[in-house]
Amino acid sequence: MTLAEAIFLTVITASTPLLLAAIGELVVERSGVLNLGVEGMMIMGAASGVAVAIVTGSSVLGVVAAIGAGMAMAALFALLTLGLATNQVAAGLSLTIFGLGLSGVVGAPFVGMQRAGIAKIEVPFLSELPLIGPILFRQDPFVYGSVALVAGVAWFLWRTKAGLVLRACGENPVSAHALGYPVLRIRFAAVLFGGACAGLAGAYLSLVLTPFWTAGMTAGRGWIALAIVVFASWLPWRAMLGAYLFGGLIILQLHAQTAGVRVPSQLLAALPYLLTIVALTVIMALRRGGGQVAPQALGRPFVPDR
Amino acid sequence: MRLTLDRRDGAGMAGLFLSPLLAVALTLASSIVVFWLLGQDPWRALNVYFLMPVSDFWGVQEVAVKATPLVLIAVGLALCFRSNNWNIGAEGQFLIGAICGGGIAVWTQGWGGPWVLPLMLVAGMAGGALYALIPAVLKTRLRVNEILVSLMLVYVAELLLDWLVRGPWRDPFGFNMPQTITFAPEATLPLLFDGGRMNLGTVITLVVVVVATVVMARTLKGFEIKLVGEAPRAARFAGFDDKKLTLTVFAVSGALAGLAGVMEAAGTVRQLLPGFSPGYGFTAIIVAFLGRLNPVGCLIAGVFIAITFIGGENAQIILRLPRDMTLVFQGMLLFYILACDTLILYRPRLVPRRAPA
Repeated sequence: MTLAEAIFLTVITASTPLLLAAIGELVVERSGVLNLGVEGMMIMGAASGVAVAIVTGSSVLGVVAAIGAGMAMAALFALLTLGLATNQVAAGLSLTIFGLGLSGVVGAPFVGMQRAGIAKIEVPFLSELPLIGPILFRQDPFVYGSVALVAGVAWFLWRTKAGLVLRACGENPVSAHALGYPVLRIRFAAVLFGGACAGLAGAYLSLVLTPFWTAGMTAGRGWIALAIVVFASWLPWRAMLGAYLFGGLIILQLHAQTAGVRVPSQLLAALPYLLTIVALTVIMALRRGGGQVAPQALGRPFVPDR
Repeated sequence: MRLTLDRRDGAGMAGLFLSPLLAVALTLASSIVVFWLLGQDPWRALNVYFLMPVSDFWGVQEVAVKATPLVLIAVGLALCFRSNNWNIGAEGQFLIGAICGGGIAVWTQGWGGPWVLPLMLVAGMAGGALYALIPAVLKTRLRVNEILVSLMLVYVAELLLDWLVRGPWRDPFGFNMPQTITFAPEATLPLLFDGGRMNLGTVITLVVVVVATVVMARTLKGFEIKLVGEAPRAARFAGFDDKKLTLTVFAVSGALAGLAGVMEAAGTVRQLLPGFSPGYGFTAIIVAFLGRLNPVGCLIAGVFIAITFIGGENAQIILRLPRDMTLVFQGMLLFYILACDTLILYRPRLVPRRAPA
């Protein structure tokens, strides 16, 4: 394997969890709900995934548990923000705090237990191609799944009536409600989808990327996923671009550290966070005067009247 | 069946006091269930968490030591949240405050005088305020999301502190441990009592609570903060500049978080080291909400949360419960307080579903 191949491969594995979490949150925000609990849902996915995988010895069950944990967390958030119309920012923050704590409790018995990662899928013959073979045709199922998910979400949001209704709930819930659409139920479904995606992203971290559990292993990835959604102007394919850009930065930083670049390692480690700020600033500067791109009703609770 | 919410009339004052009390009660009830699930004796666990920390004067002082940064940060955050500005990077501003103040302590080691401590406090406040102004300026100029920027800066501040104490500021005689020198006496806050750790920082915090209460209740600025948060359109008609207010509340909350940081460094820890904060900046968010975004409320809430902080440490030793248990309770408490707020403002009702039209 050449160095270029190795770098591309690691970029893809670093980007996939960001992409999975971002595409889920994108759907949530398109429905008008701002869930800042991505980090909490993700780390619960990581902890439950690794716990169930170790106990049952099955990676598949681990992934299922991770998705379930993400959805359970999302349901808790939905109960508060949709059922009780609480402040979404505060509820999202508490979801993150709660998730960081609970994942530590769930994961505590499994600290230091290592297991084999999930095998990659090799497409016969095609994976033998130089350069693009290993990159495109020798990946783990999550990578293929994440790309399919982006395509599916893009198709759903812009090519189906249900997608149109979901976006309407995010732009103008009052009108959607007046037309007879169950705004809260649609938002609930979107929030659950976001939770499932965040749980899956967590499973990728603890079952594939580093196949063991450490407390706080998401290290802000959930927050970076939220930034990617803004960066992508709430567009699925652009979210994929954003996720790969951020993944690339993280890997670049790691390679610079191992190559012994003469700057403090802490500065390199801070780069993804600093560049998130720079990226958000640049995108907002470019968008200046270009009107509002965020869903109009994003973050505003909706209480239907009868 | 489906759930609907009807607005209640005249629930204002009851909600103010009832909702946090109800939330605390529900958290206690839930924690009993959690302890039972974990195979602990719930009464013993509750005793360890909530009563042991305040069972003697030394313990009470420890509670004050923990409550001081929480209350100070939460008072600043309450101003922000009241006016719909979401500064959630107080943890970063806290660390930058500690770094700015601590840097002076390291720099003046050996030749400082009584002027060192005031200079440290001012530097800590200035550092925290400037750090908080980064998201505020980006928000007012370019409408960049302040939540994400302030949060990303927390990670940057943690890494900066890590670099400083492992690199340029490392104690040359510290056996290569990642920490600075222990601060000289003129760079430390005086203790209030012998045999405890409570220091002047607690008094300063109480003064800040009083000042913030007066500002919020009796001045035009306080009115402006509340109005911009509750009725932004009306505030604009009244001629209040919401951008200027954003900069002001971010700077004030950053300064208070920075002050908390430098007082933690100069009063309690007396040196800088990585992992210097047990997440005070994040916990203060819960304190602010539990305290109804009101300075005196923050004081009460801060003391309560500080007790659970120490209770969590005790539980780790005595009951061998994971330390993250404290975070679980804190998250749960915030869930309950948000839910109780709604239940007091609105009357939830289950109504039969209408036949589809």
